[in-house]
Amino acid sequence: MSSALSREDVAHLASLARISLSEDELDRLGAELPAILDHVAAVQGVVESAGEDVAPMSHPVPVANVMREDVVRPGLTPDEALSGAPASEEQRFLVPKILGEE
Amino acid sequence: MTTATQKIVPFDEAITRYDPVMGLEVHVELNTATKMFCGCATAFGAEPNTQVCPVCLGLPGALPVVNAKAVESAIRIGLALSCDIAEWCRFARKNYFYPDMPKNFQTSQYDEPIAFDGYLDVEVPLEEGGTRTVRVEIERAHMEEDTGKSLHVGGATGRIHGADHSLLDYNRAGIPLIEIVTRTIHVPAELAPAVARAFVTQLRDLIVALDVSDARMDQGSLRADVNLSLSPKDSGVLGTRSETKNVNSFRSVERAVRYEIGRHAGVLDAGGSILQETRHFHEANGSTSAGREKSDADDYRYFPEPDLAPVAPSREWVEELRGTLPEPPSERRRRLQAEWEFSDLDMRDTVGAGALDLVAATVAAGTTPAAAKKWWLGELARRANEDGTDLADLPITPEQVAAIQGLIDAGRVNDKLARQVFEGVLAGEGTPDEVVSTRGLEVVSDDGALGDAVDRAIEANPDVAQKIRDGKVQAAGALIGAVMKEMRGQADAGRVRELVLEKLS
Amino acid sequence: MSDLTRLGAAELAEKLAGGEVTSVDVTRAHLERIGEVDSRLHAFLHVGEESAMATAADVDARRAAGEDVPTLAGVPVAVKDLINTTDQPTTAGSRMLEGWVPPYDATVVARLRAAGLPILGKTNLDEFAMGSSNEHSAYGPTRNPWDTDRIPGGSSGGSAAAVASHEAPLALGTDTGGSIRQPGAMTGVVGMKPTYGGVSRYGVVAMASSLDQVGPMARSVLDAALLHEVVAGHDPLDSTSIDAPVPDVVAAARRGDVSGLKIGIVRELGGEGFQPGVQAAFDGAVEQLAQAGAEVVEVACPSFRHGIAAYYLVMPSEVSSNLARFDAMRYGLRVSPEGVPDPSAEQVMSASRDAGFGDEVKRRIVLGTYALSSGYYDAYYGSAQKVRTLIARDFAAAFEQVDVLVSPTAPTTAWRLGEKSDDPLAMYLEDVCTIPANLAGVPGLSLPVGLADDTGLPVGVQFLAPALADDRVYNVAAALERLVAAPVLEEVR
Repeated sequence: MSSALSREDVAHLASLARISLSEDELDRLGAELPAILDHVAAVQGVVESAGEDVAPMSHPVPVANVMREDVVRPGLTPDEALSGAPASEEQRFLVPKILGEE
Repeated sequence: MTTATQKIVPFDEAITRYDPVMGLEVHVELNTATKMFCGCATAFGAEPNTQVCPVCLGLPGALPVVNAKAVESAIRIGLALSCDIAEWCRFARKNYFYPDMPKNFQTSQYDEPIAFDGYLDVEVPLEEGGTRTVRVEIERAHMEEDTGKSLHVGGATGRIHGADHSLLDYNRAGIPLIEIVTRTIHVPAELAPAVARAFVTQLRDLIVALDVSDARMDQGSLRADVNLSLSPKDSGVLGTRSETKNVNSFRSVERAVRYEIGRHAGVLDAGGSILQETRHFHEANGSTSAGREKSDADDYRYFPEPDLAPVAPSREWVEELRGTLPEPPSERRRRLQAEWEFSDLDMRDTVGAGALDLVAATVAAGTTPAAAKKWWLGELARRANEDGTDLADLPITPEQVAAIQGLIDAGRVNDKLARQVFEGVLAGEGTPDEVVSTRGLEVVSDDGALGDAVDRAIEANPDVAQKIRDGKVQAAGALIGAVMKEMRGQADAGRVRELVLEKLS
Repeated sequence: MSDLTRLGAAELAEKLAGGEVTSVDVTRAHLERIGEVDSRLHAFLHVGEESAMATAADVDARRAAGEDVPTLAGVPVAVKDLINTTDQPTTAGSRMLEGWVPPYDATVVARLRAAGLPILGKTNLDEFAMGSSNEHSAYGPTRNPWDTDRIPGGSSGGSAAAVASHEAPLALGTDTGGSIRQPGAMTGVVGMKPTYGGVSRYGVVAMASSLDQVGPMARSVLDAALLHEVVAGHDPLDSTSIDAPVPDVVAAARRGDVSGLKIGIVRELGGEGFQPGVQAAFDGAVEQLAQAGAEVVEVACPSFRHGIAAYYLVMPSEVSSNLARFDAMRYGLRVSPEGVPDPSAEQVMSASRDAGFGDEVKRRIVLGTYALSSGYYDAYYGSAQKVRTLIARDFAAAFEQVDVLVSPTAPTTAWRLGEKSDDPLAMYLEDVCTIPANLAGVPGLSLPVGLADDTGLPVGVQFLAPALADDRVYNVAAALERLVAAPVLEEVR
């Protein structure tokens, strides 16, 4: 896999990740990431040369069906919930106007 | 935004040139006591941010734990829709940023849904009478979590555009949702709107019968998205699809399909192209407006949720749950029709109005099927239509309807007064009994007061009285009418008749 | 330096139980030590004097009233500032969470409180635990008490430096790719990463969910085991927590017997690229084990050499998702973009994330966003998860042949501040020995075995055992601990 990553690609990734990187940061990441990607891209070849169907491991210790009963547990009070909020009003988190709709 | 110049082609005309390609997605909010991944309560309408904890607020360090009851409900829904139940499946993170989503990813399921490959046979009422059974194939039903709610402040009230800021309440964040996705529904074009409505209506009946959700479209516990594109007739060319989100009544589902077909046709006729976008339905005028455009930026970067273990429901559990399923809807409809001695037409009207469960519940509360149907498809259907809402969302319960019929049967009110009782209950004036007493609606059957009124009527109509004395009993109607008029309808007509005949015998 | 700060946790526990000292005295001695040396080390981001002394007084009162208290009650502990505490801020070493006081305790903190351990303070770390040197802390680096011009390792560098410099007898760290073991090696203390799922992650600010583990740091194997015992065990609030009894790590640490055990040297983790002084110390340690009755063999784990590549895909992918919640809406730093009148929530999010995260965090978020994006998922994240399976197979095959694996903990001793700052990849390669254990979820312990003959700085040896066999690494480490001259820091230098 080619790890060519243009400055525009980095800018696109940063916008997906909601980080408004400065021009300098874009330059620096654009320079650093390809070297890192070259190194990590090796995994593809490793898997191919393993020569068999290797299952991906998403959990280091296999477990299944970890569930809880449907019983209400005390949560936080509104004051606790809002304690770290940059701004609040009417017992709600106050945020700047939201543009997009989901 | 809807532009003023946009042409909407009349539905009947649009379907002469285009075939609709339609799919539906329905989100069902489960009625579990706690949220999908934490022990917070799920009560509707609680004070803001009173049903929250580190997990559903997405605080640093918080971790999810799956609600077993939600998995059980998901499996039961899957089984009721004749789906296969996964032997092993996982949750996945759907990554995107939105302020009402605390972790900025939704814990959902991606390529491993808990239920898949099912169907629902729906009875679609036909315009020319009768019904047609349409099999709607279910692609999948998967588990996920709801978002919080935002209140947009400033600008036009409650609207996102022009707001100064927004206020966030996370009580709803993390409530379990089951998303049910249909495959493309292949039906004759003219049937598409009715099929969409019938599917959502009958899916709701099923959900209610399973007792896994309140399934109230008006409260958002059942939400339907309509995916629609048009294909020029016989072209085999697929169009671009729009997704009309969160349509909030059965009637609106039908209207949204009709509108979108007309809108797509208008754009395509003019040589334009449909944008792949989400659209919002407007209850007031039945139109839709553009929401968010889908773009390359919609890269959700799904990956298996590392904080949760896979769900591997044992076959024993699945079979045990199969044993708890209610009667399949089509069998139930056949059984009820026989029990209620309804004609095909009666049944079609009842199902079509979304009144099957309401009539059944009213019958269960002691009313005859005919009377239950009369109220739900008459007085109440008229009200629902006036209010632009669904029958089930009217502020009256089947038990209250049964109670009002009970008042009639006991002779405490007559049919005409009963309509006023309905009005009072719908206006939130209390129980039927309370409405009767506060509005003073009870019929007068006190012989003293009635006797006096009968005497006055005889005195005022000597000719009629003589006819009755002469044996022309059918003339009593005029005197009864006079008494009823004097009592402003609040008389027990049967007792008045008895008194008239007694006095003139 | 007070004599009380020279003592280890087990000795302190004994003296407290015997009424020779009070927890108030012990806790105050450590707080004084922090006051004495921390301006030079910067191991602590916050010192919780008041709450620590209150816990100490409470434990003393309970003891005086004849109450039966847990073994470590009254022995103070330092906690990495990635772990939530309701009575002290939790910053994760980031501007993003400056001053944030969590409204809930991490499960491990609740267990420390229930066991009566006064919490001295919150220790410095690389921002959100991302780094191997502590240079990525937004609040300035921690320095190595053996040489304050050098890094203490990372990311639990603050916890390591605090224990090494006798500011605390015990500390909690977290280990995602070596963040307990590597700083342990760099500062000459014991650091243990338990089996994945052995210790609850609830309330620990997540870096990479499928790799993170909390573990103990101490100046002896027994002390580490005692703290391990306090914090380990099933937690219903963590779905990945193992619902099984905790292996008896304290008994294993007291046993320390390798006779008849088979110990495997991992061929891929040594030799070329390893600092000669590190290699020599390692070879010496292995020789000691053989003399103590262990059978030492060499085993091949060919997939280990791909560990770093897999790790630097899995970790940033999970990081990019786990750190999405820091969006300036509900908590944390909120910054408005410059020159934008009336900015939207979206603009504030982006500006806050740019201002609140440091370079290394942003680098990993962007890398992870790339690795998960459509079209690349299979090649990157998907392949990396398959390499984890290959590494787990290597472990399984190795543990068919031997009871325990051994390697150096890190290829070098502590480097100078700034020495590797300009080359992120070079820094990543430092994690070569520690990463396989995280990828496969097995336990790993770093034991200090002396000073390198070339740099005069501490060297650590790492023991690895199969999942759930945490007691095995304690047993072997305890045995070697008796045979080697553990480096003792006389004074911060």
